[in-house]
Amino acid sequence: MTQSVKRYNQNIRMVPAPSHGIIPERDLNAAPVLEARHLGIEFGGLKAVEDFNLIIGKTEIAGLIGPNGAGKTTVFNLLTKVYQPTMGTVMINGHDTAGMNTVQANKLGIARTFQNIRLFGNMSVEENVRIGLHNQIKYGMFTGILRLPNYWKEEKRQHERALELLSIFDMQDMASVQAGSLPYGAQRRLEIVRALATNPSLLLLDEPAAGMNPHETEELMANIMKIRDQFQIAILLIEHDMNLVMGICEGICVLNYGRIIAKGTADEIQSNPTVIEAYLGKKKEG
Amino acid sequence: MTLFLSYLINGISLGSVYAIIALGYTMVYGIAKMLNFAHGDVIMVGAYISFCAMQYLGLPAIVCILMSMAVCTILGILIEGLAYKPLRQAPSLAVLITAIGVSYFLQNMALLIWGSNPKSFASVVRVGSLSLFQGKLLISGETIVTVLANIVIMIALTLFTGKTKVGKAMRAVSEDKGAAELMGINVNATISMTFAIGSALAAIAGVLLCSAYPTLQPTTGSMPGIKAFTAAVFGGIGSIPGAMIGGILLGVIEILGKAYISTELGDAFVFAVLIVVLLVKPTGLLGKKVHEKV
Amino acid sequence: MKKLSKSTVSNIITYGIVIIAFIICQAMLSAGAMTRSLRGQLIPICVYIVMAVSLNLTVGVSGELSLGHAGFMSVGAFSGIVASAWLASAFHLENTVVRLILSMIIGGIFAGFAGVIIGIPVLRLQGDYLAIVTLAFGEIIRNVLNCLYISVDGRALHIAFSNPNIPGTVILNGPAGAVGVSKIATFPMAFALILFTLMVVLNLIHSRSGRAIMAIRDSRIAAESVGINITKYKMMAFVTSAVLAGMAGSLYGLNYSTVTASKFKFDTSILVLVFVVLGGIGNIRGSIIAAALLTVLPELLRAFSDYRMLIYAIVLILVMLATNSPVIRSMFDRMTYRRRPGLPEEKQKGGAAE
Repeated sequence: MTQSVKRYNQNIRMVPAPSHGIIPERDLNAAPVLEARHLGIEFGGLKAVEDFNLIIGKTEIAGLIGPNGAGKTTVFNLLTKVYQPTMGTVMINGHDTAGMNTVQANKLGIARTFQNIRLFGNMSVEENVRIGLHNQIKYGMFTGILRLPNYWKEEKRQHERALELLSIFDMQDMASVQAGSLPYGAQRRLEIVRALATNPSLLLLDEPAAGMNPHETEELMANIMKIRDQFQIAILLIEHDMNLVMGICEGICVLNYGRIIAKGTADEIQSNPTVIEAYLGKKKEG
Repeated sequence: MTLFLSYLINGISLGSVYAIIALGYTMVYGIAKMLNFAHGDVIMVGAYISFCAMQYLGLPAIVCILMSMAVCTILGILIEGLAYKPLRQAPSLAVLITAIGVSYFLQNMALLIWGSNPKSFASVVRVGSLSLFQGKLLISGETIVTVLANIVIMIALTLFTGKTKVGKAMRAVSEDKGAAELMGINVNATISMTFAIGSALAAIAGVLLCSAYPTLQPTTGSMPGIKAFTAAVFGGIGSIPGAMIGGILLGVIEILGKAYISTELGDAFVFAVLIVVLLVKPTGLLGKKVHEKV
Repeated sequence: MKKLSKSTVSNIITYGIVIIAFIICQAMLSAGAMTRSLRGQLIPICVYIVMAVSLNLTVGVSGELSLGHAGFMSVGAFSGIVASAWLASAFHLENTVVRLILSMIIGGIFAGFAGVIIGIPVLRLQGDYLAIVTLAFGEIIRNVLNCLYISVDGRALHIAFSNPNIPGTVILNGPAGAVGVSKIATFPMAFALILFTLMVVLNLIHSRSGRAIMAIRDSRIAAESVGINITKYKMMAFVTSAVLAGMAGSLYGLNYSTVTASKFKFDTSILVLVFVVLGGIGNIRGSIIAAALLTVLPELLRAFSDYRMLIYAIVLILVMLATNSPVIRSMFDRMTYRRRPGLPEEKQKGGAAE
């Protein structure tokens, strides 16, 4: 963390704050994938997230940054309906998610990875991806038990699709390795593949580069771009590595104490005094 | 009306025994995060020790109780040290099965030593019974002693966990073993201590239970053990006041259910109430709700 | 020729062991080389194997600790017994094989029905709370069965609660249990039930549904995030397990002339759980071997008469210590390193959570 702040510090250009609060107009390619309005949640009187507004267009890569404890992961949990928001609405592909659970939100097209990796550690890499393909595969319990023709057909399709998805990260050779025994970076990549397998239109990545070395991070950046181009999906990511965020995010949203303090492009964010203050603290008077 | 009152008092009496046993379950669960299925059999051992001390040695009641407490305390520490301690890092199911093994072991040991014939247990209570409403309502000495013992134990335990150093250490270990260890608390000693206290309480419960229901055999402990376990869950496992409330409520429900609904279905009724409570409050009456971090 | 996957090979070995064991037993039976007591144990062994495999579906594959598996067995046993008697009386179904199969199916259906009723509340709970509620349900079922009186009179079935005065031939007589049961269970049929159970459980595990069930076990939150309906798949595992236990129960009930509810006490649930844990949680083949060995073991220890249960208890504790103590375990792992499905490891503590 300290390292990334330092690096961030070097990049800051001291210019007066420009536009504040909105993502600049872009071609959002028709309807937005995600639309969060006045989103908020309270935990026993404490407002963890408050008045969170965000619109993400198709094939946009957006970043969500902020100091530790700012509520970034809570925002992810609100968007994926792990927590039910106490205020505001979340629209995914134009559908209101009020009253929906995580499963329904996923079916609407939102998939995610986790900050502290949550793979199905006892199962193989391929099985993890196959579980991601759960709703893309259509056969029921009895077909499975009786191994009817449809079982074989769909299993074959699933196998091929899983390998195809794994090939994004060149992981097809590891298909039969136990997921829990993979190195850390590979586990993070597998989580992304598993999320992609659910065929989302919006992918949420929670600190995808955490624990990766600079070389791996470079590769990850290229891969995130590749995923966006290949799958034509939008990506929202939480990340502390400012090189990654500034390098690939088209729009950045800065969160502090549960509130959005700035939105804009990488350049705008880097020169925003509020953001600098949130990260580095206030300059002493006099 | 007096009939109802007498049922109620019987229920409270039985419930007090459950509560004392449940305290052992709940304390061990709170600290070692394990279901000690052998706890019910420690009760049985306690009752047998007291029985022998009285029958064969002719010792006074109070000495019998102290003796059975001492034996059970040692037994509890031994069980923990030999069977559970090596499994501190093992999956909880492995510990559960080991506890079941210990339970079988104790039952069969008792069977070998004391035989399968039920012994008739002479009450240790020397307090006379209390007669109220011109003799319409009779409260037995056992009931009075059981309820009093329950109250004393409850107060003592609350003070112990709240005020003493060891008690605070126990609470710290139950919150976070790792952090407690870093603060210089001897986790192993604290867990042993918990087993010691739980087992001593089990001895008291055993003696009181058999004073009120005077048949003693190697399986005597298992059903009250299960009921007390249920009581601990009912009140919110890990919570000391929860065990107390759960135990008493369970006893009252059992006696009233048997009296007014059906003798055969009394136990079913107890368990049905448990299920309803857990559906409304999934962590028991006083249990803490745990959020999983995402 | 296509290369067989690891799991297929493992499954073939499992089926192979069962089939070979059956052939050996049959050969011994026809040669008269089996002691009387062991002969009497054949069907119970098969029943316990099915019980263990089906419980492993709940405990190992679905990751939910159930302490009331014997409850489903008892539902299956009594409904199977009633069904058998009713089929004989109402339809004069003399063919015992057909009657046994139908009774087992009916027993399975009733147990599955009980599984649904129990599963709805139970599966909302987690961990030890779930365990205690399954225990409670097991006890409730036993208590209720103790008060149930059923008789058959031609085509009519009389059912009464806490009232022994019912017309016709009594099948279920309250606390006295089922009386005058026609013993139609056979060893080949018990063997067939094992094969059926294996087919259901193994095929389920290696299907879309089975993977969903295991995903929930490994990480409930991650499973939800990829769109897996938690309740549906937990229920699927639980009810399937109940149905199989019910079928095993029917077979068990129809193997004795009198059956009481006390045969399906909490101890029986625990016994089956011991099979599952000793055989390796999630390891189906292990369950089969453990159930067979541990059912025979007390018989083999008969020479020690009084001490046999004590020895059993000590063996149980020692095996648990030996397989789970960190020192011995690491030694064991180094010798035989292999992958097998099991319960998720204890949750990582203090993960960098925001």
